[in-house]
Amino acid sequence: MKFVAITSCPTGIAHTYMAAEALEQAARAAGHEMHVETQGAAGSTPLEPDVIAAADAVVYAADLEVRGRERFAGKPFVDVGVKAPINDAAAVLAAAEEAARDAAEGAPVAGGEPDGGATAAAADGPPAPATKVTARGGAGTRVRQWLMTGVSYMIPFVAAGGILIALGFMVGGYQINEAQPDDIVSGFNAASAHDWGALLFLTGSAVFAFLVPVLAGFIAFAIADRPGLVPGFLGGAVSVTVGAGFLGGLVAGFLAGFLALGLTRLPVPAAVRGVMPVVVTPLVASFGTGLAMFVVLGRPLAALMDGLNGWLGSLSGGSLVLLGTLIGLMMAVDMGGPVNKVAYTFATAGLAAAGASANPDAVEFTVMAAAMAAGMTPPLGLALATLLRARLFTPGEIQNGKAAWLLGASFITEGAIPFAAADPLRVIPALMVGSGVTGGLVAVFGATLRAPHGGIWVTPLIGHPLLFLLALLAGTAVTALGVCLLKSLGRRSTAADARSDATTPAGV
Amino acid sequence: MSESTPRLITADLVLPGLAAADREDATRQLAALLHKAGRVTDLDGFLADVRARESQMPTGLPGRVGLPHARSAHVTVPSLAVGRCPAGVDFQGPDGTATLVFLIAAPTGGDADHMRILAALARRLVHAEFRSALLDARDAAEIADTVTREVVVS
Repeated sequence: MKFVAITSCPTGIAHTYMAAEALEQAARAAGHEMHVETQGAAGSTPLEPDVIAAADAVVYAADLEVRGRERFAGKPFVDVGVKAPINDAAAVLAAAEEAARDAAEGAPVAGGEPDGGATAAAADGPPAPATKVTARGGAGTRVRQWLMTGVSYMIPFVAAGGILIALGFMVGGYQINEAQPDDIVSGFNAASAHDWGALLFLTGSAVFAFLVPVLAGFIAFAIADRPGLVPGFLGGAVSVTVGAGFLGGLVAGFLAGFLALGLTRLPVPAAVRGVMPVVVTPLVASFGTGLAMFVVLGRPLAALMDGLNGWLGSLSGGSLVLLGTLIGLMMAVDMGGPVNKVAYTFATAGLAAAGASANPDAVEFTVMAAAMAAGMTPPLGLALATLLRARLFTPGEIQNGKAAWLLGASFITEGAIPFAAADPLRVIPALMVGSGVTGGLVAVFGATLRAPHGGIWVTPLIGHPLLFLLALLAGTAVTALGVCLLKSLGRRSTAADARSDATTPAGV
Repeated sequence: MSESTPRLITADLVLPGLAAADREDATRQLAALLHKAGRVTDLDGFLADVRARESQMPTGLPGRVGLPHARSAHVTVPSLAVGRCPAGVDFQGPDGTATLVFLIAAPTGGDADHMRILAALARRLVHAEFRSALLDARDAAEIADTVTREVVVS
């Protein structure tokens, strides 16, 4: 087989090259072809595009952010860190082989970027939409990847619809949700704020109508590839019809995906095989999903959804503050990892459920505001900390600190990762405390947000914006002080440093 | 290696019979050689940089190798100091204490030529025969010669 690899390490003078050498040796020994791009201090020569095109799989043995990751969009990959090939390059190669084989077998696959790059992958890769499914991982990992594929395709709908609706309320007042399409179809008055508001609101509502179908459709797509799309979208639409909403969409997505996957794996006569993916599989899987959602699952799921909404609605005062704090802690603990995504998905799910609600103070909007604020403080707090106590940080971190201002302000929690990766035991607790404080304060203040993303740039859409910013500032300050405190405690003496190192095997 | 670049290692940068209490001590002894040779200007400053790197992730490697290293403003030329430590020093490597310790010193402003020689060195370290040649060498001079002969920029 043919492989390409990227190696990198913090200093860029040793592990980068040892990993490259180990991979090349192991590949030679196993009769594979291996090309390594060493992103180290000696400068890196980019892999030739045709070498990348010919590769069966990509090995990321990188402890730093891979430069130019989009070049490998759509390729199966393994992501192992720089030490793995140095310790056991043969095992890394075996994993890469497996990834390549899984992909070749047409498993529901072809991991694009592991995170956040679905659009880039779709633009540069083959014309099929990308999924977040990598060719390895246990059952739990897979379920999460299927789910996140659905969520990642839904987010732009939540964003566009949510912001349009919020603008509609701003322009047309809080009765705008009673506007009927006919108000603007039969005669649009360009001088009327009400008509503009109605236009924004109705457009946003139309976008929102796709949320649950898109979620279910792309969960099914992640599981079963293209044959999953029709039953998935249908399942989501039925879920809306029977009032099972978001939860119904999740269930329908998985149901439709597995039905379609099962059908595509049936042994069928060669004569029928050609029409399976375009006719038979979507048809049969759709009927099955429809039957299940209308007749069997619809009512219990609708009841469950009502229960969840009732519970959220009943939250107030102390319990809402607790929820805000918890969301905050979860947003910070892994900065864009699975726990963060669970909290964020919960918040956006609430947004989708509350939808076009006229009640500007709906609890769901507060949860969203808490999640966003808590996701902004980790990079912001670290940026502030690099200003307050530059001597606690490496020159590289101080540079990162400058970028972290912008990342934090834009609600890109991942901006905190370089700091946390270098010193997790001191940095992460401080981030969690700061984010917890922010989440709790947002709930105390009752600030609200109708958009799922945007950072300070969507401040005009925030309810109680000044209090929201106050909560944000408080969390940023707490984070910065916490980081400075923990970092200076840990550095008081080199002996203490050595001890703490000894008790934390491999701080990675 | 070109004429203008000093050799990566010379015999006076080798401790064939290194005895050290811990990795900190081993690193300090080797760094002192670099300092004496004028390759490191500020011993304590350089050691702090090495420690910062080591605290990110211990540098023990398979093959019982310890690889403390840093890019530091206190380094004048890319340099390698080697210690052979029969009793072993703990670098938290995967297969026991390190019997070979390589201290790599890289200047922060090093140009690509400087860095390429260090990259070549790192690549050699992965090879078991390179390590055993160093373990079997008779004395400091032979260790230095082996490194100079084996580490070539390709």
